Amino acid sequence: MNKKRLGSIALNSPYTVWSVIFIVVPLFIVAYYAFTDKSGAFTIDNIVQLKEYKEIFGISILYSVIATLITLLISYPFAYFLSRQSEMSRRLQMMLVMLPMWMNLLIRTYSWMNILERNGLINNFLGMFGIEPIKMIGTPGAVIFGMVYNYLPYMILPIYTVMSKIEPSLLEAAEDLGCNGFNKLRRVIMPLSLPGVVSGITMVFVPSVSTFYISQKLGDGKITLVGDAIERQMQTSYNYNLGASISLVLMVMILISVAVMNRFSDEDGGMVV
Amino acid sequence: MKKITALLLAVVMMVSMSCLASCGKTNDTVKNLEGTYSREYEGTTLNVFNWGEYISDGSEGSLDVNKAFEKITGIKVNYSLYESNEAMYAKMKSEAVSYDIVIPSDYMIERLKNEDMLQKIDNTKLSNYKYIDEEYKGLYFDENNEYSVPYSVGMVGLIYNTTMVKEAPTSWNVMWDKKYKENILTFNNPRDAFAISQFLLGIDLNTTDKAEWDKAAAKLKEQNSVLQGRVMDQVFNKMEGGNAAIAPYYAGDFLTMQSNNEDLAFVYPKEGTNIFVDSICIPKNAKNYEAAMMYINFMLEPEVALANAEYICYASPNTAVVNNEDYSLKDNEILYPAEDKKPKTQYFHDLPSEIRGYYEKLWEEILIES
Repeated sequence: MNKKRLGSIALNSPYTVWSVIFIVVPLFIVAYYAFTDKSGAFTIDNIVQLKEYKEIFGISILYSVIATLITLLISYPFAYFLSRQSEMSRRLQMMLVMLPMWMNLLIRTYSWMNILERNGLINNFLGMFGIEPIKMIGTPGAVIFGMVYNYLPYMILPIYTVMSKIEPSLLEAAEDLGCNGFNKLRRVIMPLSLPGVVSGITMVFVPSVSTFYISQKLGDGKITLVGDAIERQMQTSYNYNLGASISLVLMVMILISVAVMNRFSDEDGGMVV
Repeated sequence: MKKITALLLAVVMMVSMSCLASCGKTNDTVKNLEGTYSREYEGTTLNVFNWGEYISDGSEGSLDVNKAFEKITGIKVNYSLYESNEAMYAKMKSEAVSYDIVIPSDYMIERLKNEDMLQKIDNTKLSNYKYIDEEYKGLYFDENNEYSVPYSVGMVGLIYNTTMVKEAPTSWNVMWDKKYKENILTFNNPRDAFAISQFLLGIDLNTTDKAEWDKAAAKLKEQNSVLQGRVMDQVFNKMEGGNAAIAPYYAGDFLTMQSNNEDLAFVYPKEGTNIFVDSICIPKNAKNYEAAMMYINFMLEPEVALANAEYICYASPNTAVVNNEDYSLKDNEILYPAEDKKPKTQYFHDLPSEIRGYYEKLWEEILIES
């Protein structure tokens, strides 16, 4: 073993030890609970029982896919125009995007409850023009809105980062070679920004699909997502085994979708080069 | 600009004044009780695990109970919070932390006792135990008063907004009334939610008959179509803001809500209601038993108990509070209904784990269906 290799192992070891203790071991604990019963004996009952949760899984995935698509639709053009602006205005707008994140997610969500309530800010405002109150809180729309609002910065940031790295000369070259606006977007900007889009999607989809607080507060306790089901098993029912099995299945599903996303970006990335 | 500066100054002044007021009250208590408690355990730490918003904490000029205890005894109070009996139980079971004081409700005390998770409390060593009302001694979960000291008492009732609900309800069945569709809230925890349908159907709250739980669950499913939502502490926002017409909740919390919205009214439905007693216990794995005993005695001190009762707004099992002329809720007819106006009440009991698992499963079904 040469010196260089030893050095790199020495440098890496704190991180390796850290991730073994705080990532690998907990994962095994989750798996252990998922495949045992209360007495600690092996069972697959917890996994079998999950068929009762298929609707909850379905709804969670559906809502978070919709939320992810909406954030993407908002973020992509925003990030593009932002990256083409002057330094000063970029900084200011980035700051405005980040600003809400300085506040805790719980507080932000709680505030939205008051805004979306039946006698909340929006309905009070509409009431001034004689418009009947609209039911907002407790609807799927409110929950999806909560996801979009809370996770939007996680989509804007990575896309903005890759966009700002696209050399203006590339765009000029595309124009010189006869690309119109649409083709410029399709053949230059989109392929170059794809890695940012992929990490943005991951960063929005993963927390959305596992959220529980947003659905509880903006869904009035009527909309149950996977995160709520896990929280209930852990906090109220004291059934760590079932809670762990739901978590495990959720993790596997997230892992698969992230893997698919990454593959997608690698292949396309290869094509660009 | 000047105006803004003046406003800021006013705010700063008000904040510092409120601190002065509360510090004043805390200092008074410290002065009154200093010397009656030994400083033998100075420098040790006492781990207290209590419900949120369940102790007078010095806000709005009230007494800061933990700070006063620290000053008098020199013991450091490490205070943490939970939001449900079940969450507390899960935390205690995990054994990642050991607490010296917990304040669970009746049925949870029964479970902790049965699972041998509590230590005995010798109440003859508590000089202030004499203040505990006889009515709250020898309750079913602790017949010989060996494991718990009553802290706070409450009942569930029906809160309604008189601008939306014209005829005063007398029965739980108003929570199924289609007239109030989308305006009805209920509890977001199985035991409390089931209790309402059990009272309506005349089923014992602590039944171990699965068929009876099925019936209660079917009744709750019928409710899904008229419900606005299932809430716990969001109920304050909802009811105070007039966002919903009807909600069941704890009597003491109604008083808080009413002070923010005068249109709210309260009734104990005729079918009966759930009563609970939250009592102070010392877990088996407590590390600072003697300090815990001092803390319990301190909580029973008339002026400390009064401050807590005023802050929490729940009924107090402490006779020194109930008979105190200065107690702002003295003879309050909701907290302390007269003998002839007392509702029929039932306690929750700890259920066998099989039944617990069964109703948890029914509850999941109800939630998934809605």
